[in-house]
Amino acid sequence: MTAVKSPEWTKQRFSRRHEKVIQAALFLCAALSVLTTAAIILVLLGNAVYAPGAKKAFFEQVSLWEFLTGTHWKPVDGDAGRFGMIPLLSGTIMVAVIASIVSVPAGLGAAIYMSEYAGPREREILKPILEVLAGIPSVVYGFFALKFITPWILKPALGLLGLELGTFNALSAGIVVGIMVTPLIASLSEDVIRSVPRSLREAAYALGSTRFDVSARVVVPAALSGILAAFLLAFSRAIGETMAVVIAGGQQPIATLNPLRGAQTMTSFMVHASTGDSAADSISRMSIYAIGITLFVITLTINLISGWILRRYREVYQ
Amino acid sequence: MSPANSASLPASAVKPAINFISGADRHIRRRLLLSQLFAWACRLATYASLAILVVLLAAIFYSSIGRLAWDFVTNTNSTNPAKAGMLAGLWGSFWLILFTAIFSIPVGVGSAVYLEEIARDSFLVRIIKINLANLAGVPSIVYGILGYTVFRSSAAVLSRLFDGHCLIGVMGLFKIRLMKLPIYEDNILVGALTLTLVILPTVIAASQEALRSVPSSIRVASLALGATRWQTIWHQVIPASLPGISTGVILSTSRAIGEAAPLIMLGALTYTSMCPGSIDSPIELVTRPAQVLRAPLDQFTAMPIEIYDWSKQPDSRFTAVAASGIVVLLVVLLAINSVAMIVRHYASRRLRW
Repeated sequence: MTAVKSPEWTKQRFSRRHEKVIQAALFLCAALSVLTTAAIILVLLGNAVYAPGAKKAFFEQVSLWEFLTGTHWKPVDGDAGRFGMIPLLSGTIMVAVIASIVSVPAGLGAAIYMSEYAGPREREILKPILEVLAGIPSVVYGFFALKFITPWILKPALGLLGLELGTFNALSAGIVVGIMVTPLIASLSEDVIRSVPRSLREAAYALGSTRFDVSARVVVPAALSGILAAFLLAFSRAIGETMAVVIAGGQQPIATLNPLRGAQTMTSFMVHASTGDSAADSISRMSIYAIGITLFVITLTINLISGWILRRYREVYQ
Repeated sequence: MSPANSASLPASAVKPAINFISGADRHIRRRLLLSQLFAWACRLATYASLAILVVLLAAIFYSSIGRLAWDFVTNTNSTNPAKAGMLAGLWGSFWLILFTAIFSIPVGVGSAVYLEEIARDSFLVRIIKINLANLAGVPSIVYGILGYTVFRSSAAVLSRLFDGHCLIGVMGLFKIRLMKLPIYEDNILVGALTLTLVILPTVIAASQEALRSVPSSIRVASLALGATRWQTIWHQVIPASLPGISTGVILSTSRAIGEAAPLIMLGALTYTSMCPGSIDSPIELVTRPAQVLRAPLDQFTAMPIEIYDWSKQPDSRFTAVAASGIVVLLVVLLAINSVAMIVRHYASRRLRW
């Protein structure tokens, strides 16, 4: 007995220290995500708002007022540079709104169909298809918009109406972004629709409701805040969507709401500017950070609102 | 099957109600018609996605006719559309994904284990959880800015240190010349670190999901038998959730293959005919070990970047090249996803509780 006891005991002590070290290491892994956020914020602030040292940050050279209200975006160095972000904002909003027009009815319809109408087997086939649509890379959708939707669908259709469509246009970009975010709306809305208690449906059926009444007048209103959260999340995703818009949307920063022309979004400007060769500390380089922080703040705000709505919704039914 | 699945009514449960009221009343008829129309509208919305998928694939395959051939994956890029191939992009993506997986799997699974198995509900843990949810919604291009500013600048410093001319004084006595190492600013590791940050929230969420599906009876039993917390995690929880973790991790890593925006922000090459480390066939991974060591610090391009580059070429003959690139990219994604499906299938057969 005594011969065994001693090594067992030391092993136990080692094991306890071992345990502490492992837990600390795992904690560091989890804390890395906080570090990432801190790094993103520091990098954006450090180049857009206030730069230490000799380097001058973007907003130390361009006033915030000019940036937010200016209608000319010409990010070049020297006196010719104009840094009003309205053209980029209008392009971004336009693409995101078109995407919502496509994805909100499609996503919500799919969510209602899968939760209220489809049997389990049909759902098992439909869900992976939506997942595949969500898993196709953004560049592929960009190619699809530029080489198929614009020349083969939109040009002939708008030609019948006598409208002229540019090779690069916000409409085709918005449509493919809409296709990309539809699965997101569908799966998030389906989750919230499913969490509506069965008793509500049964009560409605018992009162003689048709399926339409149950879906559109009982279930969807009951899940409305959750569905709204899904829409917001999809909208923020559409705002941050990059490659499809870069390929199909064009690169002209014009303050317009005409979706038939090319438009530059915030994301496509960033890609465009980073492929050019401007000096590291030049104002044209710094403008990437200014647009980056704007994009970050907009998407973060929408996501926070969406998350807040979703948490409140979950509380209602739990 | 989650218990939520039973929340929706089976089709058979409702039919009698409709039959019962199908009478002469025109008001009821109209309501039933509306109901039917609504059902068809929803069905249409759902099946439209299937139709779009079919049209998308058909359009891409049709466009790829004329270039899609075996030499497309054995040639590197060229200004001649008849010769342009994707070999450099394939190798670039291979190295990127390899290192992204090496960085993201331990950190991602480690975070998930901490959050699910170890963490108590403290203020800090709540901050980490809220932060993760928000990081998942940050556009990938923002990570590109971070990568450019932090990782690429660090690589630039290293590259200047090891350019073969840098002298370092040692205590004022003598100087040593640092050796020359071929380090580029826009190297594979910089790209992989950036992609790691992009996919980390997804990897963590997928691993958490898998850990949560392990019944707590397993943990309790293990702890009751005297195992420590880590022994329980390492010998019971992780093996039991391994199929779920690996499926989730494979799927989220495969997302990184299609990411172009953060890599372009880093300044990855859009046009190159060089594979990283000049390794252009799998056998060279074994026969040229020196080159294998060089590859992570070499410049690169990736499949989606090449597709982007070909798509924006004004010469319409590049359309077929871009479409062929997409076909290759989709085949790679399909292969990876099939691996995940196979893992899930076999593992779920073996484990039952």
